[in-house]
Amino acid sequence: MIKAILIFNNHGKPRLSKFYEHYSEDTEQQIIRETFHLVSKRDENVCNFLEGGLLIGGSDNKLIYRHYATLYFVFCVDSSESELGILDLIQVFVETLDKCFENVCELDLIFHVDKVHNILAEMVMGGMVLETNMNEIITQIDAQNKMEKSEAGIAGAPARAVSAVKNMNLPEMPRNINIGDISIKVPNLPSFK
Amino acid sequence: MALKIVKGSIDRMFDKNLQDLVRGIRNHKEDEAKYISTCIDEIKQELKQDNIAVKANAVCKLTYLQMLGYDVSWAAFNIVEVMSSSKFTYKRIGYLAASQCFHEGTDVIMLTTNQIRKDLSSPNQYDTGVALTGLSCFVTPDLARDLANDIMTLMSHTKPYIRKKAVLIMYKVFLKYPESLRPAFPRLKEKLEDPDPGVQSAAVNVICELARRNPKNYLSLAPLFFKLMTSSTNNWVLIKIIKLFGALTPLEPRLGKKLIEPLTNLIHSTSAMSLLYECVNTVIAVLISLSSGMPNHSASIQLCVQKLRILIEDSDQNLKYLGLLAMSKILKTHPKSVQSHKDLILQCLDDKDESIRLRALDLLYGMVSKKNLMEIVKKLMLHVDKAEGTTYRDELLTKIIDICSQNNYQYITNFEWYISILVELTRLEGTRHGHLIASQMLDVAIRVKAIRGFAVAQMAMLLDNAHLLTGNTQRNGICEVLYAAAWICGEFSEHLEDPMHTLEAMLRPKVATLPGHIQAVYVQNAAKLFATVLRKQEGAPDSQAAQETSQLLIDRLPLFVQSANLEVQERASCILQLVKYIQKLQQKDVEVAEEVSALFAGELNPVAPKAQKKVPVPEGLDLDAWINDPPSESESEDEKPKAVFAKEEPKHTRPRHPEVDEKELARRREARKQEQANNPFYIKSSPSSQKVYQDAPGVEHIPVVQIDLSVPLKVPGMPMSDQYVKLEEERRQKERAEKKKKEKKKKREKRGRGKKGDSGPESEEDITPAHQVDIVTEEMPENALPSDDDDKDPNDPHKALDIDLDKPLMDSEKLPVRTHRPEVLKSPAEDGDGEPAQAEPKKRSSKEKKEKKKDKDKDRKKSKEEKKKKKHKRDAEPEEPVEEQMEEPVQSEASAEVAAPPTSTPTEEVEPTPPETTSTPETTSAAAPESEPEEPKDTEPEETKSSKHKKKKQKKEKEDKEKKKKKRHHHHHHHSDGAGDESVQNGTVEEEEPLPPMSNYCLLAENSYIKMVCDIQGNLQDGSQVVVSVIFENKSDCFLKSMEFNVLDSLNSKLQRPEGAGPHDGLTVPFQLPPGVSNEARFVFSVQSIVMPQKLKGTLTFIVKSEDSSTHEKLDFKLHFTCTSYLITTPCYSDAYAKLLESGDLKASSLKLEGVNMPFHHLLARICFHHHFSVVERIDSCASMYSRSIQGHHVCLLVKTSGETVSIDAKCDEPSLLGNVLEEIKQTFSRC
Repeated sequence: MIKAILIFNNHGKPRLSKFYEHYSEDTEQQIIRETFHLVSKRDENVCNFLEGGLLIGGSDNKLIYRHYATLYFVFCVDSSESELGILDLIQVFVETLDKCFENVCELDLIFHVDKVHNILAEMVMGGMVLETNMNEIITQIDAQNKMEKSEAGIAGAPARAVSAVKNMNLPEMPRNINIGDISIKVPNLPSFK
Repeated sequence: MALKIVKGSIDRMFDKNLQDLVRGIRNHKEDEAKYISTCIDEIKQELKQDNIAVKANAVCKLTYLQMLGYDVSWAAFNIVEVMSSSKFTYKRIGYLAASQCFHEGTDVIMLTTNQIRKDLSSPNQYDTGVALTGLSCFVTPDLARDLANDIMTLMSHTKPYIRKKAVLIMYKVFLKYPESLRPAFPRLKEKLEDPDPGVQSAAVNVICELARRNPKNYLSLAPLFFKLMTSSTNNWVLIKIIKLFGALTPLEPRLGKKLIEPLTNLIHSTSAMSLLYECVNTVIAVLISLSSGMPNHSASIQLCVQKLRILIEDSDQNLKYLGLLAMSKILKTHPKSVQSHKDLILQCLDDKDESIRLRALDLLYGMVSKKNLMEIVKKLMLHVDKAEGTTYRDELLTKIIDICSQNNYQYITNFEWYISILVELTRLEGTRHGHLIASQMLDVAIRVKAIRGFAVAQMAMLLDNAHLLTGNTQRNGICEVLYAAAWICGEFSEHLEDPMHTLEAMLRPKVATLPGHIQAVYVQNAAKLFATVLRKQEGAPDSQAAQETSQLLIDRLPLFVQSANLEVQERASCILQLVKYIQKLQQKDVEVAEEVSALFAGELNPVAPKAQKKVPVPEGLDLDAWINDPPSESESEDEKPKAVFAKEEPKHTRPRHPEVDEKELARRREARKQEQANNPFYIKSSPSSQKVYQDAPGVEHIPVVQIDLSVPLKVPGMPMSDQYVKLEEERRQKERAEKKKKEKKKKREKRGRGKKGDSGPESEEDITPAHQVDIVTEEMPENALPSDDDDKDPNDPHKALDIDLDKPLMDSEKLPVRTHRPEVLKSPAEDGDGEPAQAEPKKRSSKEKKEKKKDKDKDRKKSKEEKKKKKHKRDAEPEEPVEEQMEEPVQSEASAEVAAPPTSTPTEEVEPTPPETTSTPETTSAAAPESEPEEPKDTEPEETKSSKHKKKKQKKEKEDKEKKKKKRHHHHHHHSDGAGDESVQNGTVEEEEPLPPMSNYCLLAENSYIKMVCDIQGNLQDGSQVVVSVIFENKSDCFLKSMEFNVLDSLNSKLQRPEGAGPHDGLTVPFQLPPGVSNEARFVFSVQSIVMPQKLKGTLTFIVKSEDSSTHEKLDFKLHFTCTSYLITTPCYSDAYAKLLESGDLKASSLKLEGVNMPFHHLLARICFHHHFSVVERIDSCASMYSRSIQGHHVCLLVKTSGETVSIDAKCDEPSLLGNVLEEIKQTFSRC
């Protein structure tokens, strides 16, 4: 079982949090903070597993993470998951994000956390791996997006126009807050399959 | 209407969307909290609006804020509203929000049951998918119970996308509702062989999770999995299966033997490291389960170790880590094969990655032997020095201690060395583990008698140099070792060389800065030391010395007497008085040493931590029984004051102990002694225990080598453990030489020696300990129970899933199925007694008034008739006794309702005018596809639910009420976005007293083959549409097929037929009915005017197919559109409601009901339920209610009750609609 999936940046700002067991908001924040502290102090070239069992119940649990550009993707799993399998799953997740957002960067995740959730929902459900085939995931996501668009129809058009206008200012933002090189480079890892 | 939508979307443009919110937060770095709180205020405003798009947007933003740690549970109800939107876009937002913040404690969850059920059966696979995904995150036991059957049906959905989700979510359902496991299991098993790999993988996933917790129940699946393992190419599936086998093999060794071969093949063939790794892991598990050391498996072990070595040597840190992890598993059973890779593992200790170092440490723990312990620990000590100031160093420290102390110090040959190591470890600054070192020191000093002299000397040195330990950092944990040092020096003071010096060291003023519990030990042990010193000094000619010692204590102790710590203070003042007294005696030249040391005589033996628990309860002793009968309530009050004065009271309890005479006691004591002597586990007092140990065969042959202690002890300052390594080498060499001499002599005896260090290599037998190691074992009580079954968590949720899956399924175990409340049957003849339709509706009201009285009488008559009928029916149909009995209240209630419609508007039936309706309906009916997924829902026998309900009825009645309410909304939500659960929101209908069950389904028509019940609901999305849900129930033993539903359209109302169909063509019902099965289909009608009720005549034709024949049958029915069915439950806030009433556009009307004998909240619930109203506000016995028609008419009610009279004042912008609605309400209550 996957107990939680967290994405946060190099400063520990949460970009996505998905807990498959219930915790209060405070506990969740604390877990994110502690996970960040554990993960962030590790060097780049050390192993991607951490026995941080105390965070989310029981010593059975492990943290498995990957670090891409400015983001950490952390999965908290128990012993029924294969460590290397989960690493590959993270890779699939990031590659899927890359396809869906076309060169994904942290900003995409910041502004479209709902979409990231939707993509994740096609991969992991209730803490169990649902689908690992990227093409299948993207097919389903595309079909749902199409549905959403057709629903918006004419009524949605003005709203889309406005949001397009609003987003015109977007490129200035990264400069203001100095994100730097934000594009997540998806390295080609030896595939799992 | 359309204008409204456009206006809504324009409004929405200027609302803040998620992106704006995020942007805003980023632009308000300094006052983020303030900014967010204003945003939350905005969101609250948005949630109050009617527009679902605005609400969804608000909920979407809340989801983001939840991630930032803001509690958004206050919006739970709004989330439910958004979830129930008919648009996928909003639905998805709603479900996402719910999955993020709903949990078992969220009370609105129970409102979602029917919405979720509806989404699960939606024709759109993504609606279903989104509902399943959401449900997987917040499923509760109630939801699991109510939806288990629906989800199980979805497991056989045509779309693999739904199947895999349904399969996966079953695991969550099992966890919450374990009763569902057995009924669902066969289908789950079936899915293991699903053609779609995704579904298959999901099924494997679920079964693996289940089997991991209760493996023995899944052994029977092993052959199936075995087949999958050899055939599947999906690595995910393979990994899961292989992991599962790892869990199964310990239970069935034969399985393991079978597995070895395919697994080794996989290991050789696969290129995926993850698969290789899991294979190795499972092979290890198999090997562990098989009896170790079987010759034909040593090849497998070698293969595993080899592969692991490759992993460990890999440059990828992840593989290295996992390799070490797996290696540690092999280590447990096959230490020898791992030990040959010691070099590799020691290398890993130098790795820059802490996780890898820790893993390597774990491995070392199992790799030590008598031979290499000193060497390994020496290496670890080097690392300790390097790793200053990290938690890793603490980890190292505990590991060193673990390694040395494992198995009762099995691998330690030289305890002097170990004590030196411990003393060296005390030099670590800032460690948290002072306590651990201290307990080791105590343990070794107590249990290894031979080492006490050395230990005491070392401890004395520690005490002398205490300032080094406490140093500048007061708070560091290392000062704990002083606790041990002081205790050891005091307890074993006879070994001290210079007790006077140590005593002096223990009474230094600086000691007062130590933590209280250490000071207490200092004071106590100073007293012990004092006793020893006295003894020595009294023997000496200089008697003055003894008095000086006393003086020293008298001088120093007052410092402790002033201590803030109670323990220290108490002990110090006691001892101070004692010493003062002794001094007095000394001055009189009385010899006191003997008596003082008698204070501290005796020896302590270690007691096992579980000793207390293991004391068996003597026969006849009931620990739960009262010793004294507890005083009764009234008595205790009387006795309390008495007890204050009567202190001799306790005497009364004494006689309860059986009086035993001296002889009996002596006899018992003797018997016990005898028993103890025969009990090998009972440790006798020290002299005899030593004897026992020495009597053990072979032990006396261990040569006791006297080590020249002078060398280490004379080293000034702290001892160095390194020297021992060298010394040990020398000693062993010497020994070997000696042994050679004696070899011949010893040969025979050696053979007879029991295997002591059994897991070490053979050569270890030759290494003899430097001391005669008398490791005192921990004491256990006599008759200790050997069982060790005390560590199991009783709260494990998986315990409930420990269910035998191979037993055949019983009827009582079937999943609860949602059933429609059976309606009272009304014969078609009766149904058809409606009067001829009136052509001009305008006359209606006047005519109605005239008929009012008549109607009433008629109604009563009818209900009586009905009751009689029912009785008849019950006699005639014994097949459903449970159902009938249980549903009785429902039926009588429903009967009223069923009877109501025909009588309520007997005159307005619109005459069907078929010839004139030439215009064909434009749109395709959505009814046919919609009803399809519902089909299997009702196929399960209905008894299951009812019997279940019966049991839990009392408890669940409130819940039922909720469900009922939802049921009503269930239909609305389909059409309306905004229709929330206002009545609950406003909290007015909720009351203590349970509501009787209600149903809106009423009988349409019935004959011996089929029964039709229907419910009519307006469609908010389209002001001219009404949806009729018809449940067809096959009552016969035959198969019903080719059902065709046809209605004669009127000018006002038309059945929507698919494009191209003629105006008189029937609609094919999209299912067939096997015997006893019921199913629901929906038909859409378009209506023009809704201000008055109307009836449509229709026919159902169908083919009855029995074994030998098939006949064409038909059933006529009359579809009754009441005005109520055009109303849609719509929430309304009281302020908006007040405005509406003030506007003055509404026409008023009123109604008085007499003789209504029911609680007010029942009354309200009935109006809400049957007439689609919502409660706006309720004050005592007065309530305002609101509803809206599909064409936007507002209907407001003010309901007041006094006694049995209910008066309803109503306002509506369409008076005729209002009149009809009131009339219908009246009909509803005229039956109660």
